[in-house]
Amino acid sequence: MSEPSGVIHDIGYQRYTGPRLGRRHVFGALYLHGLRTAFGFGRSAKAKIFPWLVVGILVVVAAGVTAVRAQAGVVIMTYAQFPDVMSWLVIFFVAVVAPELVSRDLHSGVLPLYFSRPLPRGDYVLAKLAALFTALWLLLGAPQLLMFLGAAFSRDDGMKGVAEELGDVLPGMLYAGLWAVVFGAIGLLIASLTGKRAFAAGGIVAVFLMTTPIVGTLSIMPSQTVNELALLASPPTLVQGVGVWTLGDLLVPPGTEDTVRIGDFGPLYAVVLVAVVAGAVALLLARYRKVATS
Amino acid sequence: MTLIATQSLTKTYGGRVTALADLTVTVAPGIVGLVGANGAGKSTFIKIMLGLIAPTSGTVRVLDLDPTTDPAAVRARVGYMPEHDALPPDLSAAELVTHLGRMSGLPATVARERASEALRHVGLYEERYRQVGGYSTGMKQRVKLAQALVHDPDLLLLDEPTNGLDPAGRDAMLALIQRIGTEFGISVLVCSHLLGEVERICDTLVAIDGGRLLRADHISAMTSATDVLAVEVSEGTDQLAARLAELRLPVRREGRLLLVELADDDTYDLILRAVADLELPLHRLDQRRHRVAELFAQREPSHV
Repeated sequence: MSEPSGVIHDIGYQRYTGPRLGRRHVFGALYLHGLRTAFGFGRSAKAKIFPWLVVGILVVVAAGVTAVRAQAGVVIMTYAQFPDVMSWLVIFFVAVVAPELVSRDLHSGVLPLYFSRPLPRGDYVLAKLAALFTALWLLLGAPQLLMFLGAAFSRDDGMKGVAEELGDVLPGMLYAGLWAVVFGAIGLLIASLTGKRAFAAGGIVAVFLMTTPIVGTLSIMPSQTVNELALLASPPTLVQGVGVWTLGDLLVPPGTEDTVRIGDFGPLYAVVLVAVVAGAVALLLARYRKVATS
Repeated sequence: MTLIATQSLTKTYGGRVTALADLTVTVAPGIVGLVGANGAGKSTFIKIMLGLIAPTSGTVRVLDLDPTTDPAAVRARVGYMPEHDALPPDLSAAELVTHLGRMSGLPATVARERASEALRHVGLYEERYRQVGGYSTGMKQRVKLAQALVHDPDLLLLDEPTNGLDPAGRDAMLALIQRIGTEFGISVLVCSHLLGEVERICDTLVAIDGGRLLRADHISAMTSATDVLAVEVSEGTDQLAARLAELRLPVRREGRLLLVELADDDTYDLILRAVADLELPLHRLDQRRHRVAELFAQREPSHV
């Protein structure tokens, strides 16, 4: 008996027999999702305001610096100095974006939906971290690229000049990566402790800014050793310390050496920085081991 | 093939709180009801099956896979609907289910298609583009079910799917689960503290209490042998009960009803004759299935 023709059938439920992608693809999808979330893509207009406000300010500053240099020939800040000067804005960016990435998931209770899928819980953490690193690096690196393009086109000594600028901007971008890693790891760790975005944001700002007075106090102590170790006490100055050690006069142009002094402790700064990042990531992973089972 | 098999499964927290105690049960594919009071160990059992927590001792196999050693393989073939709120309010159902489909390894376009399909199957159409925050409880439960279905699992683990729903919503959800279990060809494990709900839709019933297995059996095995006749007379219920007891018919009283175990067709005749002899006004006489609840009841039958 054949079915009557010309009837629309409810095709019912279809089993899926197509490909199922592996761990790498799932990680990539979560990473991209995080990166989009960081800049408010795929989210409400409200979620876009703050990230793009920060991006806007940074780009305007970079454009201004480039214009002044092209017109007046005055270097207001080097590439590497850009992240240092902008650190406050970066702190606020982290304070808004890190809770957006992890606190929101904690608050809405969506995590059981992730952890009941093949994705290992460590991957969730690492994908979010990678997304925040990338967002921060883009935030600091893109304006430097703008400055570089401006400088390269306004130099009149041809390829030699471009090569020189390139030699300056690449370390600057690496330095931006250093900022991204330190701020991302610490920011995400703090945000992962609470489901309340406001608390998370407050906590992040507190950790980054409240530690600055400690640096100030230590750096006016009568001991030179204490002064030179003072920058270890706060994440932003810790990054600066490593920058001073590795980048030298790219970060500290001649004549301004007095502002940041780390003596011979450069390697120590680097070790502490690596330890801080590794510690934050380890704590994050431990934190989610607990979250996933509760 | 067995769906779920456990052997002496035990889970204690901190060596003091026992969530599961020596649970040994084997379940065949189909719709499985897992019933027990709150705190009976249902959620712990689900988390062990998903490989989220490790059992203290004993073994467990889900779809012939071991979640303690290969959780990813189990989770790839299982869909989980948690009991509590699990939806970010500022995403649309379509976005959320698509994203979670991708998290299960579906390619981007497939995830989008299957998300729409899954949402359609649970009865969400145009609403799926609205933000979840504005949904009713019933719609949220449907979204949670859709995200468990999006990657076409072989087994659904539903933790209290009717929680917070009104009676009509409960019926709709149960009907949906029954459809998934029968038409979609997906096995379903439904957790509930309400026996009356799950017994209506499931093939197999597993009852646990305090982490221990009370009973696990095919639902027909639980009910077929114990059909009863319900007799209601407008007056003289006590008289009739006494007469039936004289006739050696096992009789129980339940409110205005007398319940008599149905041995064979003669039972009807015996009852009818007894009613006629006593000249009592017979209100009704019908066969009814034992409520499964009575099978689990620990109390003595309430004789008159």
